[in-house]
Formats: sequence, C-alpha cells, structure tokens
Amino acid sequence: MTLGSVPPKFKVSIDRDQCMDCGRCIENCSYGVYRREGDKILIESRKCTACLRCVAMCPRDAITLTEKPVDYRSHPVWTREVREDIINQARSGKIILSGMGNARDLPIIYDRLLLDACQVTNPSIDPLREPMELRTYIGKKPSRLKFRKTESGDVELETKLAPNLKLDTPIMIGHMSFGAISLNSQLSMAKAAAERGTYMGTGEGGLHKALYPYQDHMIVQVASGRFGVNIDYLERGAAIEIKIGQGAKPGIGGHLPGEKVNEEVSRTRMIPLGSDAISPAPHHDIYSIEDLVQLIRSLKEATEWRKPVFVKIAAVHNVSSIAAGIARSSADAVVIDGFRGGTGAAPKVFRDHVGIPIEAAISSVDQKLRDQGVRNEISIIASGGIRSSADLAKSIALGADAVYIGTAALVSLGCRVCGNCYRNLCPWGIATQRPDLVSRLDPEQGAVQVSNLIKGWTLELSELMGAAGINSIESLRGNRDRLRGYMLDEGMLEILDVLPAGA
Amino acid sequence: MCGIIGFIDRTKSRMDGSSIKAALSLMNERGSGDGAGYAAYGIYPDYADYYALHVFFDNMAESKTKVDELLQQWGKIVHQEEIPTTPQPGIKKVHTPWRYFFKPSEDLMAGRMASENDVVTYIVMEVNANVKGATIFSSGKNMGVFKASGWPEDVANFYMIENYKGYIWLAHNRYPTNSPGWWGGAHPFNLLNWSVVHNGEITSYGTNQRYVEGYGYKCTALTDTEVVAYLFDLLGRQHELSHEMVVRALAPPFWDDIDRMPAKEANLNKAIRLTYGSALMNGPFAIVVGTDDGIVGFTDRIKLRPS
Repeated sequence: MTLGSVPPKFKVSIDRDQCMDCGRCIENCSYGVYRREGDKILIESRKCTACLRCVAMCPRDAITLTEKPVDYRSHPVWTREVREDIINQARSGKIILSGMGNARDLPIIYDRLLLDACQVTNPSIDPLREPMELRTYIGKKPSRLKFRKTESGDVELETKLAPNLKLDTPIMIGHMSFGAISLNSQLSMAKAAAERGTYMGTGEGGLHKALYPYQDHMIVQVASGRFGVNIDYLERGAAIEIKIGQGAKPGIGGHLPGEKVNEEVSRTRMIPLGSDAISPAPHHDIYSIEDLVQLIRSLKEATEWRKPVFVKIAAVHNVSSIAAGIARSSADAVVIDGFRGGTGAAPKVFRDHVGIPIEAAISSVDQKLRDQGVRNEISIIASGGIRSSADLAKSIALGADAVYIGTAALVSLGCRVCGNCYRNLCPWGIATQRPDLVSRLDPEQGAVQVSNLIKGWTLELSELMGAAGINSIESLRGNRDRLRGYMLDEGMLEILDVLPAGA
Repeated sequence: MCGIIGFIDRTKSRMDGSSIKAALSLMNERGSGDGAGYAAYGIYPDYADYYALHVFFDNMAESKTKVDELLQQWGKIVHQEEIPTTPQPGIKKVHTPWRYFFKPSEDLMAGRMASENDVVTYIVMEVNANVKGATIFSSGKNMGVFKASGWPEDVANFYMIENYKGYIWLAHNRYPTNSPGWWGGAHPFNLLNWSVVHNGEITSYGTNQRYVEGYGYKCTALTDTEVVAYLFDLLGRQHELSHEMVVRALAPPFWDDIDRMPAKEANLNKAIRLTYGSALMNGPFAIVVGTDDGIVGFTDRIKLRPS
C-alpha cells in the first residue's frame, strides 16, 4: 500500500460526562461510525459523512463533529480536494462519483443581485390588507387574442386557450425519482404539493401506486431510459416532462445503483430486481430538434392533447437557442436546470465543471424568446440551486415563470446535504431504499415540513412583492428594472440586463 | 403627485385652450414647475390627412438635417415650421419645438411596415432612439401635444394654446421624480393618436418595457408613462382590441373576482390575463388616454390613485 490512507474528513467525539450511554448514536448511524464494545461506545471517525443524524438524535448534545481534523500543507493550487481526487483515482482507476449539486466555490450570482422596495413616490402594498396574486399558469399562451361580436351584441372570445397548469404559488418540486429517493420522501412531497396547490415531478422512476391519489399534482417524466413509461403512466400525470438533460450532469445519462433497486423500485421502473438502472446519454430516438418535436407530438397524441408537455434541458452554453427551438415545437414549457442542480449520483467532474449558472440561463433564454417573438409560446421553469424565497423572487424578476426546488425540499425533510445519496445509506430515510431507514421518515410529518417550507417562501415572496409595490406576479416576471447588480462585472450585467447598484 | 385633466366635447365642437389652461392652473400645488403639457385633438383641420410630427430639436443643424433626411426617405413633408412660441420668464427655451406635416409613401409600405401608422411608428422610434438632439413627442393626425419644463400657465402662454381649437383636451402638471428639466419627460406622452397623461408611478415598468420592446417599440423618454402609449398602440391598434379590452388587460380584475364570474366571462378574463400578463400595469396610477374617438380613464386595481 504505497499510497496509504487519506486523512479523515471529520472528527467525531463524545463528551463522556454528558453521554448517558443510550446508544441512539449507534442505532441512528447507518454509516457505522459508532459501535459498542463492552460498556463503551467506540467511534470510527473515518466513516463519518457529516449527515448529522447522530447529533440531531443525541438527547444530551454530547456529540461534537469537527471538519478537517488533520489538514494538508495549505496550498492555493494543490488543494486538499485535488490531491485526494488524484490519490483516489490512482487507487481505483475510476470516474469519481458525487452526490448533490456543484460544490465548487464559485460566486453565486443570486447573492450579487439586490431587490427593490418602494419609498414615498409609490406606496408599498401590504399583503395582509390587500390582495396579492401569485397564481401562475404554466403552458402555452396565445400571443394575441381575437374577439367576435355575437348577434346579440356581446363580445365573445374567438381564441382557444391551450391547457395550462394552474399553480397557487410559483414554487414546484422538481423531479427526484423513486429509486433515487424513497417512497416516503415522494409521498411527503406529493402531499405537500397537493396541499399547496402546486406540482411535483416523478423523476424517471415511474409512478408508484401509493402516489395515485396525488396524480393530479404530479408531472410524469419521460427520460432516456423510459423507465416506468406506459400509457397508464402518461395518462395519470397532470403534465408530461421529457428530460433531455440535467444541470448536475449535462450530456450524460442517469445511473441508479443496483443496491437501490429493490422489489418495489423494480416493479415501478419495470426493470429487473437489483440491476443497475442506466439511462443512456441521449434519447435513442432523439438525435435532432426534429426528433424531439416528434416525441412531443407523439406524447400529445397519446394523451389526446389534454396535457401540457415540458422539456427539461441542462443550462449549457447555447441554452437560449435550444430553448428557442423548443418554443417552436408543441412543447408548453421549457425547464432549464442550472449547473448547481442536484442529483443522486453524478461524476464529480460533470457536477462541478459542466454547464452555466441558472441566473444567466434564465436571462438569456427570456431575452432570446422575446427577440424571436415566441415568449408566450412557452413557459420558463428555472431550477438548479434555488435556496430561498429571495432566489425565487430574483429568478422570476429575471424572466422565469416558476421554479423547481429539489435540494431545498429534501433539506426540509431532514437532509443535511452530506452528499452521499448514491450509497443507499441515507440515515434520514430520504436517498435510500433500505426499509429500516425509509421507515424513519413519516410521510405525514414530512408533508407538513415540505408544505411549511413552500408556505413560508410564498409568504416571503408576497411580502417582497408588496414592498416593491407589485400585487400580481405577472408584474414581477421579467421586471429586471427592480433588480440591481452588486459586484458583478460589466459582461455579466449585460447578460442579465441589470443595472449596477446605485444606477 | 402630478395633476391631470381631460375633457371631450361629445358633439366634436371645438373649443380653444383657454379653459384647460385655467383649469390646470388651479392645481399648481400638485406640480413643481418642472413640467406641464397639453394635448388637443382637432387642431389641424387643414392638414387632417397628414401626420403632425412635433419635434424638439437641440440644434437646427445636425439633428434637424437627419430628421429631414429620414422623413424624405419615407415620404413627403407637405409643410414644416417652427411651432410658434412667446418667450416666458419662467421658461428656458432649451429646445426648438418644430412641426412637420408628413405623409408616408405608399410604395414603401411592406412587411412589418404595412401601413402608414407602422411607418410613422418606426420613424418615431428611430429618431428618438438614434438621432441625437431630436425627439418626436407628438405624431398623430389632426392633433398635437405641447409641452415644456415650467408651470402650467407659463407653458400654455409659451405655446399660446388659446390659439388652438380642439374637441378633446388633455393636460398635465408635473411633479417629476424621474427626469426633471427635460422637456421630453413632460406629459402628455404620445404615439400616433394615442396621448397619455398619468398621475402615479408604474412599478411594473420593467416588465411592460420588455414586453413592448419585443414588438419594436423603444422606450427612450427616461420615464415610465411613455410605455402606456406603446401598450395602447400595441393592444389597441396592432392587436385590434377595443378600448375596454385594452383597459381590462392593463388593469384586469383580480383572480378571486374572475373565479366568481359566469364561466364564459371568467374564461374571457382568464384569457386576457394569460395572454397579456406582461401588459398588466402595477403600482399607483390614474391615467387618461386620448384617442381619435374619445377619452379613456382608468386607475390601478386597488385605487391607490387618484390621490
């Protein structure tokens, strides 16, 4: 063993004076950090992922967790991460896997955009006293209306409206498949989506029977593996989403490790028990925009043109032209997933280096669609790294119709963003299929938490709009006049079409 | 703040500008002496078929030459002159107000500029965005806007508006917060035969601006009211919506009210909100819009104005 081991990432210790020796840490840690020997609880820090399950469950606050107890000689270029990746690859000869979203320390544009409020010349609006409209329709809208006069002289609408999804709040829950996450996680989110008048995605894992009661609030996904797709599945969804790519790993397919494919997952996905579910990089029937247009039309035909069809793409360099192409098809919404989008498993090099930030993508897509006069043809759903109601408000001001949240919803269920989703050991019962772990997540309680999160953000969005003198979400959408850039370079300000603070 | 007035003689009998001057002068406490203006319809019966283009020139050499060239390229100028003014102690004449009576050539009308209104709209946008030192602030037929920085009486006397006779008059007394001192920032704002006077502030301006700019309009006046004239032109002229439907798009009923309407009416209102969401105007406003055949008044949805 010429390479030896790398230093442990975390150091776990127990304050023995506080500890009451209840053993909850042992029971709760699915990574095997704790074990009992005789009358002592022993600790193996190297196995720790900082999921914080033990800290959360310890009744005496006896556990302390420290990051990087041993560090390398500091070096600005040869960081700890770079050195360890090399050591690990020298050992394995493999692609490095990772979970969650982009973990590089790149500036976050949302944090450098500032929102506006009213003073004197226009009154702010108090959402407690005045109506505040967040209702959002996702789908194709006509670019103009035609009316006709009836014989009795009444004015009648001639234009027919395409089917749209009605959202009570512009927050939707993105696609996280059954398989990647547990059924209890999906159930929690589905109940919350139904309660809040919004929608959630199934991911590419099919639709489990237990979710049928919430199907009117679910968007069913058709991805390159076509797992779980049949006519029954398509007909159950409120809308259908074709996933071309995702922000965490643009240009490559999906990978669900066989450990996570238990009987229920296998049945729902329609794949053999215990087999890896590998979705190919491209759809094998889509090699051009024309092919995509055909698939959209086929799905629409199959469901008698009653359901909106979304197309999800990763935010890559020419995202705006791709979106403009999609806008010219029968698609009703384009989902743009920025490079901070999360995932259950992705090669680290993709997660951290491929794609562009969602803020720039929203901006350039909205602009391109307007330049080409097709903005009303399609709704824009932004996703990938939406962390708060401020990110939400800024996304809409840049031009999005609604957002998908993913990681934020999981955090509301207990996730501590440890990033080990691909190991099937999630001690919070989220990214795992192990029955003992899954049972830790009570869908009733989980639904309350997710619903509370959406409610809280919705209230904050109302307050932000009211403070800006706006009582309808339409007037925030694309209202870049109400954003200012702070410490953003000139090129980025131009892309965002936002003035610098003070201007 | 700001003070606005509009009135119409329904028999289309014309009255001179002395009454509106007197009326507007009663609202001096609503302004700050930084801008006032008048719009009158029916004032140029001798040139009724020609577009009356009112222009502010910063200089008569380069700026005017460019506008002359552009107009001659697109049509025929049948008459032009400086708009008559009388010096007023309260008004510093920073621009030369000029007027052209203009007819676009029919043989140039094609594609996106299929009508004379399209050509004139294009010329207005082109001059205001790209010709330095020139601003076309009025471009309708048989009507005109007269405006400047100053108090209402001074502006009226400056243009001698009692010499004009119109069947519709709009007037505005400005308390600017956006762009004081610039004559182009005074109201009324006009495009073709749409003229707008506005009290308030449009908090949805950025959304409305992005929307109209997608259709070739260019917002150059550095103040929010301008966009209202373009919204009326887009929806009222290009999309052929009735005045009532335009107002319904700009200040629509709340969803709660729509939900309570009979199905057919609810569907119509839903369609308007879905289609014209980007045209919805937010923030406090009371607005009067002048058109060929009448005036339209409306306020914001929660009646934050008039105040």
